[in-house]
Amino acid sequence: MATTASRSGARTIFRRPDSNTGFWGWITTADHKKIGIMYGYTAFTFFILGGLEALLLRIQLSQPDNVFLSASEYNAMFTMHGTTMIFLFVMPVSAAFFNYLLPLMIGARDVAFPRMNAVSYWIFVFGGIFLYSSFVFGTTGPPEGGNLAEVASRLGSGPNGGWFGYAPNSGLRFSTGTVMDYWSIGLQILGLASLISSINFIVTVFNMRAKGMKLLRMPVFVWMTTVVAFLLLFSLPIIAVALFMITFDRNVGTLFFDPSMGGDPILWQHFFWLFGHPEVYILVLPAMGIVSEVLPTFSRKPLFGYPAVVFAGAAIGFMGFGVWAHHMFASGVTPITQAAFGLSTMAIAIPTGIKIFNWIGTIWGGKIKLNTPMLFSLGFVGMFVIGGLSGVTHSIVPADWQQTDTYYIVAHFHYVLFGGAIFGLFSGLYYWFPKLTGRMYSETLGKLHFWVFFVGFNLTFGPMHWLGLNGMVRRTWVYAEETGLGPWNMVVTIGAFIIALGVLIFMINWTWSKRNGPIAPFDPWDARTLEWTLPSPTPEYNFAVNPVITSLDDFWHKKYSEDADGRPVRRPEATALLAEYEEVGLNPPEPIHLPNPSYYPFLVGVGMPMVGYGLIYDNTAWGIPLLILGAVTIVGSFIGWGVEPLEEPHADHHSDEPDHEHPGTDGEDS
Amino acid sequence: MDSLDPQGPIATDIDGLFRLTLNIATVIFVLVTGALLYATIRFRDRGDRTPEPKQVEGNARFEVIWTVIPVLILASIAVPTVDRIFKYTSCADDALHIEVTGHQWWFEYNYPDDGFSTANVLVMPTDTEICLDMSSDDVIHNYWVPKLNGKRYLVPGQATVLLLRADEPGEYWGQCAEFCGLSHAKMRARVIAMNPDDYADWLTSQQRPASMPADGTIEQEGMNLFLGGQCVSCHNISGVTASNPALATGSIYGPDLTHFSSRDVFAGATLNHDDPGAIESWIDNPPLIKPGSFMPNIDLTQQEIEALAAYLRSLD
Amino acid sequence: MSDVAHADGHHDVHEGTGIDNRKLGMWVFLSSEFMFFGALISNYMLFKGRDYSAFMPTGQSVLLPRGLYDIPFTSVSSFVLLMSSLTMVLAHDALVSGDQNRTRVWLAATGMLGSVFIGGQVFEFTEFVQQGMTISSNPAASAFFMLTGFHGAHVFFGILMLLSLYGISKRQGGLTEVQGLNVELVGLYWHFVDIIWIVIFTIVYLIP
Repeated sequence: MATTASRSGARTIFRRPDSNTGFWGWITTADHKKIGIMYGYTAFTFFILGGLEALLLRIQLSQPDNVFLSASEYNAMFTMHGTTMIFLFVMPVSAAFFNYLLPLMIGARDVAFPRMNAVSYWIFVFGGIFLYSSFVFGTTGPPEGGNLAEVASRLGSGPNGGWFGYAPNSGLRFSTGTVMDYWSIGLQILGLASLISSINFIVTVFNMRAKGMKLLRMPVFVWMTTVVAFLLLFSLPIIAVALFMITFDRNVGTLFFDPSMGGDPILWQHFFWLFGHPEVYILVLPAMGIVSEVLPTFSRKPLFGYPAVVFAGAAIGFMGFGVWAHHMFASGVTPITQAAFGLSTMAIAIPTGIKIFNWIGTIWGGKIKLNTPMLFSLGFVGMFVIGGLSGVTHSIVPADWQQTDTYYIVAHFHYVLFGGAIFGLFSGLYYWFPKLTGRMYSETLGKLHFWVFFVGFNLTFGPMHWLGLNGMVRRTWVYAEETGLGPWNMVVTIGAFIIALGVLIFMINWTWSKRNGPIAPFDPWDARTLEWTLPSPTPEYNFAVNPVITSLDDFWHKKYSEDADGRPVRRPEATALLAEYEEVGLNPPEPIHLPNPSYYPFLVGVGMPMVGYGLIYDNTAWGIPLLILGAVTIVGSFIGWGVEPLEEPHADHHSDEPDHEHPGTDGEDS
Repeated sequence: MDSLDPQGPIATDIDGLFRLTLNIATVIFVLVTGALLYATIRFRDRGDRTPEPKQVEGNARFEVIWTVIPVLILASIAVPTVDRIFKYTSCADDALHIEVTGHQWWFEYNYPDDGFSTANVLVMPTDTEICLDMSSDDVIHNYWVPKLNGKRYLVPGQATVLLLRADEPGEYWGQCAEFCGLSHAKMRARVIAMNPDDYADWLTSQQRPASMPADGTIEQEGMNLFLGGQCVSCHNISGVTASNPALATGSIYGPDLTHFSSRDVFAGATLNHDDPGAIESWIDNPPLIKPGSFMPNIDLTQQEIEALAAYLRSLD
Repeated sequence: MSDVAHADGHHDVHEGTGIDNRKLGMWVFLSSEFMFFGALISNYMLFKGRDYSAFMPTGQSVLLPRGLYDIPFTSVSSFVLLMSSLTMVLAHDALVSGDQNRTRVWLAATGMLGSVFIGGQVFEFTEFVQQGMTISSNPAASAFFMLTGFHGAHVFFGILMLLSLYGISKRQGGLTEVQGLNVELVGLYWHFVDIIWIVIFTIVYLIP
């Protein structure tokens, strides 16, 4: 180790950050839990932004021919609402769960590449800031040759081509300002963040599991994380290529989507949905994983059909790559394509159904405690059934010709992504709140939050089914009075504000309970998985002693045996065992070395928007220099990181002693 | 604009398929949510009165059952689905062809057999299969008249077809359904189905050149303004303008106005002729009504606006 | 070195593949890259056969990539790239047998061969542009430049990594075992880039 020390001492650009606390402690951390918490708070901030955008949309649509928002403002709001909720909220908040929980659930001290993990986070943060900076710097305009009656406001200066960015409308001729450059480059940056973290999670799952944690002993949440990581791994390169194509079309002069030069606008849709449909499962599978943890815990039963649930999740992942053209049934693709994708879309209902039936099997005959996480999980199952069934009606291709591009679709995917993913994620937030903070949340406020959400959600998205079938088309900033759509739209708007109230209750509960909630008991839910064998909040080193696993739901089986009827009987030694877990967890028997903090991941993130601005403003004097500066920052940070060892040698650590407590890998994990 | 109230045979057939699926889905919904609610209430924790549950880890037979039953249900709706896909994606040989071109933000209709072009209002005969040959001049649009059929894209540089058929004379609303830029909301469609005799009369009336205003009238003043100003660089009026100059150069052009007032709506079918002042406010400042509009505000005086409006009203 | 113990120590406490984290990470990354190039290649395949004559200004003919290929030239540069995989293997081989000097030589040789390939590509691009086919000529040309350009960028990053390994080795007088793993990682990457080129050369250049 001596050579390493002198090497790093001599060559690093910055003095190594040494504080694990305070502002710089957070900026430079490589601790997966801190990164997870930062992911969570950042994603939630974007959730608020996306929610405010939704409220503006709903105010505009609350009555016919409303003039609250202009067309350009409305288009920016619906584009950024979708982009934000997908790329800046659900994906990163899932990443927050993965980061915080994945190592804990598989019995590891960290992820495989701790600093890479920090890089993902910082790229995500700066990618999000870059995307939103469009509202400050972006310019918009009518299509080439068109006329605007008014100068667009700042609110209208966000990306405005839809989260799907269909060509050629997103091309230079029809989107004359810079806002779609912010969109395409911003998404490229965010995609990079997700790609890096997916590699990290895959290696972590495959290489870092505790002894005895065979693949089919992993919690379902870990399984779903793994499936999601693979989906990201294989779908992100496709959207990366598509985004490069649109960026080059706009800035370099390629002709991929320009029909006036032989380009093919429908090709964009193929590429986009080849990514976009797996993306739907990327959004919803983590929530399915959470629900698969919560339902057994609060039913005091093992998950019904664990292997079936796992394989169904994997099957959904595989099939997710074979259904993309169902987003394009109206695009004029051949009838054979329509039939094939209609059938594959029907087929994906089968593994989804298997999951739902197994969840019901799980609670059937259980001893159900209706705590807040359980309410959200049950809500998830109920709402997801509706979303799934309306999804089946889309696979009836001729019916989809009627439904597509209407509010019926908006209703469908909000039942899947809000009633599904977001209910599931809130279930997880409540479920692991004690683990995260060491305190209990207010059950009263939690239940109130659920019921307000449940009512508001159904009031908002239920009527949208009717509205869509009655001819309300998506992405229109006004509708005429004679359509008769006004009253139901008012109901929807009221529902949206009720949802906002629910979010407010959640925020109050969270901030209050984090400081003032009662101290959480060890193992508050009588849970089943490994993370509950740790003190709350989790110590920095996670496991004081590396755990050894002997079965699925190992922790539960350590606490309970079964009587002749197959009913659980608490082992007499369980109480002592919990006390021992707490005692040992807080007092590791030997020193544990953790990855040191580093400045470089943050700097890599800083470099990203610099490259982005440089690309957009390459025709100005400062554009190219900024681009080069950004590239140098990124490459330089990677080099600096390359020569910086993962952990500094410690005074109490003898270099000839094999270090078995090491959490991640060493060295230049670039 | 109501897909639940289908009028033509195609839309009715699709609606039947949708309702079949919806009924099956409703039964499944009631069963599944019923089971969920029942289990939640029946097995809730009542303290000591509820025994510890049996630790059931799964049941292979159940797994097979709830895999096979959905397969069978889906297979039963897959058959009619595939049948309808092939049935409604190609036109019959004897279908009447009408060309539809999407523009930001209005639909152009071209009657190739009869040699004229119109806009915003599609007129078609009843009891005839109409084959819309569709394309786009700019971005992707999506043609949707819910009471007659589902949607089909209009794609620049590509040809798509959509079948329409109405059994009864009637008026139907439609809308561009794919986001097509700033004024996507203002891109509506209107379909009028006439019985074949009325349709033949309509064809004849559309084929004659525009009516000429009498000398010294305000209409004639409007016509002179039209010909002398910017209007003529985008709009055609048969018998008045020599030919459509914009069409010849392939640049952006506006609707053919030859029989403007025979169409009850204009400006992307969002404004109605009969509304007093509608035409006036449109030509006064088109981008105010339709943001991004290619028809500019050319600062007409009130007198010029009135003259142009009077001329347009005379184009029956 | 305790670093080695780090790498091996995992077996005591973890279930795993037995493959080093970084190596597994590289494999996972390359599988993602496979999709990336898959998308780029299919993009070119979609555009290469279409007829663009309708979109040309009158009197101009369509210049397609396949009309301009200089197959003998590209065959030579492909051969050069192929040989660089061999030198990469030799570099790794030398490292395993503990010969630091020979490792450096072969690393440098690999980088050199890669640079020759890049030089050939720059020459090819300039040729095409001079003959009138630019990235804005038609979508097939756009797709060609994008595909081969991204491949070239990958080769370029490979050269950067080889150079830094060379530099570190030169400065320290050799590579440590942990850094030795980096040789293997860069090797994996380099072979991947080579294999992708073989696919591109076959599909884009050779198949009519």
